[in-house]
Amino acid sequence: MAQVLPAERGLRRIIGDGESTPDGEVDGLDESDFLELYRRLVLLRTYDERSVVYHRQGRIGTYAMFWNHEAMQVGSVSALRAEDWIFPSYRESAIGLLRGMAPATVLSWWRGHPAGWWNPLDYNVASICVPIATHVPHAAGLAWGKKLRGEEAMAIVYFGDGATSEGAFHEGANFAGVMRVPLILLCNNNQWAISTPLQAQTAAPTLADKAIGYGMPAARVDGADVLAVYEATMEAAARARAGEGPTFIEAVTYRAAPHGTADDPSAYIDQARVEEARQGECVGRFEGYLRRLGLLDDDTVAAVKAEATEAIRAGMAAAEAEPPADPGLVFEYAYAERPARLTDDLAELRRVLDA
Amino acid sequence: MPELTLVEAVNDALRSEMERDETVMVMGEDVGRAGGVFRATAGLRDRFGPDRCVDTPLAEAGILGTAVGLCMAGWRPVCEMQYDAFSYPCLDQLVNHVGRYRWRTRGAMAFPIVVRMPYGGGVRAPELHDDSPEAYYAHTPGVKVAIPSTPADAKGLLSAAIRDPDPVVVLEPKLIYRTARGEVPEGEHVVPLGRMRVVREGGDLTIVAYGAMVSVAEQAADALDASVEVLDVQTLKPLDEETLLASVAKTGRVVIVQEAPRLAGYGAELAAVIAEKGILDLHGPVLRVTGYDVPYPYWQIEDAYMPSVARVVDAARRLLSF
Repeated sequence: MAQVLPAERGLRRIIGDGESTPDGEVDGLDESDFLELYRRLVLLRTYDERSVVYHRQGRIGTYAMFWNHEAMQVGSVSALRAEDWIFPSYRESAIGLLRGMAPATVLSWWRGHPAGWWNPLDYNVASICVPIATHVPHAAGLAWGKKLRGEEAMAIVYFGDGATSEGAFHEGANFAGVMRVPLILLCNNNQWAISTPLQAQTAAPTLADKAIGYGMPAARVDGADVLAVYEATMEAAARARAGEGPTFIEAVTYRAAPHGTADDPSAYIDQARVEEARQGECVGRFEGYLRRLGLLDDDTVAAVKAEATEAIRAGMAAAEAEPPADPGLVFEYAYAERPARLTDDLAELRRVLDA
Repeated sequence: MPELTLVEAVNDALRSEMERDETVMVMGEDVGRAGGVFRATAGLRDRFGPDRCVDTPLAEAGILGTAVGLCMAGWRPVCEMQYDAFSYPCLDQLVNHVGRYRWRTRGAMAFPIVVRMPYGGGVRAPELHDDSPEAYYAHTPGVKVAIPSTPADAKGLLSAAIRDPDPVVVLEPKLIYRTARGEVPEGEHVVPLGRMRVVREGGDLTIVAYGAMVSVAEQAADALDASVEVLDVQTLKPLDEETLLASVAKTGRVVIVQEAPRLAGYGAELAAVIAEKGILDLHGPVLRVTGYDVPYPYWQIEDAYMPSVARVVDAARRLLSF
């Protein structure tokens, strides 16, 4: 096993700025892969922007946006295989779209409709984890279980900078290290846990430094650079497949949108940094990169955006067309067989509702 | 039939179920090399290997959290929590995930996890080796709870828990781990969840108990000059209401015994069920003999806290006067 060293302080970047910083290259991607990455970024961006609008229109409930986090999600998922498992937090609520999940499903989740609770086995995407970091042990356990069964699949788990303060993060990462499981821990470091800045979260110089305590290597990447995230994830996946255990990836951005629809960051956030992040946002950066390579023109951009817009519009229409959920579902699924007492409760509720 | 202690019966159940189903794995602190601090898992690592009897890091939430992922990968984990009060870090996983994940997948995925632990007081131990946390677990939706009081039931209930498609918490009364001895069926032995055991029949008064308190209830029954029925709850959830209410209908008098603090304890649920469904059968109030609403005490005076035969007899006599 390679020696585990502290992560580099600098952030890995591949996409330049079209001026003083030149573009780098990434192995193994052809023209159609580049366009697919772009389509995926635009799909998630459109989903996120439309969801904020749907919330304002009262068509979905409270929503946690992921604007400018699309590159971390697209870059990492695109480096994995279909049999690899994804463990999202609420910040990655729509990550299933990258595995063919219907937009209506995720929109239904945010509408509180049962149609939004998918079968993880259909996509190898675990349920959205709402409490912070408690899914890190789940991902470690799944990766461990796959390894014990001799299957090649791995797991990736997404969590934020604040999550690294949680005990569950520590216990999950430690299990992953000790059991040497095929797991990628992808930390979305957007500098803010609602209103608490990173320096109030940790005294570690970087979050990647935590990895050394678990005996695993770490990489720090520009979280708005889809190619840098892709490349780092490919390397982590290769380690996992080679039986070399887990890897920690710290993807760094600055949160350029509120924590959620109920949050007003103007009271605490650095507006200049927000503007800077918005200027360098991840979809536009990749679009500029592809244009410089001559792989993208105005017509293609318009077509990709129109396709995404239509997919989300149709998804919202489908979510709104779901028949109202039957109150009887309250009593379903908690147990393999409904206990007698819940059957009595259901009968009583029906009697009252039907009266 | 061999005669085993209660903790030997636990070991027998684990061995037998691991033989039967190769997806069953045991995990916890010191369960492998040491065979568990109470020897409940002795010999399993040698028999089934370190991948199926796993010495985990010292991390209760991590044990139960990774068990969730292990289930997703097709395993049936049996997690040992070393002691009752040390299980509280795993409550986060139990409440937020273990009890909810089947529901979250609308029944598509099963989480057949067993959490087993020694529980209860009376063992002259340092602080926090004496708790009775059953109410926390029973209160958690999506989770079943069982507590054996005999070696045969310790094997049978644990085997049932391992085979159950839902998560089950099995609390083992450590006070009688080695003092309870009895015949235990060899090979596979299952005692279905959801049934009470009528320990003895009687017509004047019912004493309802579980775990180490069943023996206290029996001794109280012996000491009373009355016909006393003793019920062993066995499965706290789902509760066997039928057997409970049939006994209430017969005797009309109920004393409930639990070691845990009184307020919102499991006995309160039993009393509530009796009030809702059997109140017209009662000749007097439902009485509880419980631990007190205080931290479990210094062990030199723990006997004053634990429900005793004398306290149960006293409550029964008051009730028999109605």
